[in-house]
Amino acid sequence: MLTDLITLRETEPEDIRLLLDTAQSFKEILERPVKKVPTLRGRQVVTLFYEASTRTRVSFENAAKIMSADTTSVAAASSSVQKGESLLDTARNLRAMRIDCLVMRHPQSGAAHLVAQALDIPVVNAGDGMHEHPTQALLDMLTIRQHKGRLEGLTVAIVGDITHSRVARSNLWGLTKMGAKVRFVAPATLLPRDVHRLPVEVYTDLRKGIEGADVVMALRLQQERMERGLLPSLREYSQRWGVNAKALEVTKPDCIVMHPGPMNRGVEIADDVADSGRSVILEQVTNGVAIRMAVLYHLLGGEASA
Amino acid sequence: MPTEVKVMDAHEMRRALTRIAHEILERNKGAENLVLVGILRRGAPLAHRLSRLIEQIEGTAVPVGELDITLYRDDYRTHAVSDIGATHIPVDITDKKVVLVDEVIYTGRTVRAAITALMDLGRPACVQLAVLIDRGHRELPIRPDYVGKNLPTARQEFVEVRLEELHGEDSVCIRKPDEER
Repeated sequence: MLTDLITLRETEPEDIRLLLDTAQSFKEILERPVKKVPTLRGRQVVTLFYEASTRTRVSFENAAKIMSADTTSVAAASSSVQKGESLLDTARNLRAMRIDCLVMRHPQSGAAHLVAQALDIPVVNAGDGMHEHPTQALLDMLTIRQHKGRLEGLTVAIVGDITHSRVARSNLWGLTKMGAKVRFVAPATLLPRDVHRLPVEVYTDLRKGIEGADVVMALRLQQERMERGLLPSLREYSQRWGVNAKALEVTKPDCIVMHPGPMNRGVEIADDVADSGRSVILEQVTNGVAIRMAVLYHLLGGEASA
Repeated sequence: MPTEVKVMDAHEMRRALTRIAHEILERNKGAENLVLVGILRRGAPLAHRLSRLIEQIEGTAVPVGELDITLYRDDYRTHAVSDIGATHIPVDITDKKVVLVDEVIYTGRTVRAAITALMDLGRPACVQLAVLIDRGHRELPIRPDYVGKNLPTARQEFVEVRLEELHGEDSVCIRKPDEER
């Protein structure tokens, strides 16, 4: 039974499957002329974001609104956080206003876990530092499953800035639990130090890393989290590590290409891939709304039955 | 030991559905403008069967939709359902005569949810209700237009409809609860 969604590492495979199946059923609602169902009427969902976001925040808010919940959005940059209020005090004050669910993003790994322990309402991690971003991985898995019909037995190559990527970590845990094989493909300077302890195949050569892959997931180069000296230059990075049409010749012929956004076009992904028939990047975004509807549905509902 | 009494077999079910198909055609003066919408799960196969029966009788194919009502239930706060199906109705229901199809009507709450769900998808000319079993105990002012069999039951009893498409056989059983232990 789901109470919070903080990490996929600690989410049971049957709960992952439940969320994917539910989101698949909910997708139809997004195609209706009137996108509104009454399920979460009277519930208050707050999004508390200490980092920039377009997709994730809008996606959560739209998901909540489609389900008839009321939403309030707090951006740390324009809140009492600027006056020195601590994360836990902010969260407790929001709860004191009788909100029913908190969706949060924070630059510190573990922040969502900390808040979830302090609050008696469901907390959803919308990204915590370099740790996890569970709803992104769920929407990625849903997109893969729609194209491949399954997750089990697939080879998913995650390419680029692995060290700074919570998307890579959440996908690794989620995909592995669902029976897929995950590869991390990156220059040695962009691989986490503990990578040998993770259930992942590591490649430091792009062509070898994506050879035979069913899915290639390009990651954004997170320059805002980077120390100096990890990269020789953007130009060299894009030449050696950029996912372009030529590089994709070695994958499976029906390989799809994903990106969690926002894209640095011409850096980690080339236009001839991002805008090609193999790209499922905008489908990922649509699936994101369905996944977040499913997460809110299962976190805010009564005792599971039936 | 819970006891189970069979109250309808495959032949009886087929006859009941055939009669309902005739009644739908009679009431609506043909198959024109009709849409059959089955409530998931068990209403959906019944709606498909009624469509085939109507086609055999009238020679006109009636479109069939499937409706998931989970998001419209009134007990989400106490019993959130896990197994959620997808709504799929292949035509615009606005100005259509919609026949909702379900296997059992009991409290009427499922039908209330289904009507609300339908109204979110369009504005039908009218909504009618066909059920295989009416077991009584209504809690809302809702009444089926077509009934396969009226089945007096006690509230503690459970009516189970098994369908070929889902369970490999056609039957209706009443299960009586365990004796006091």
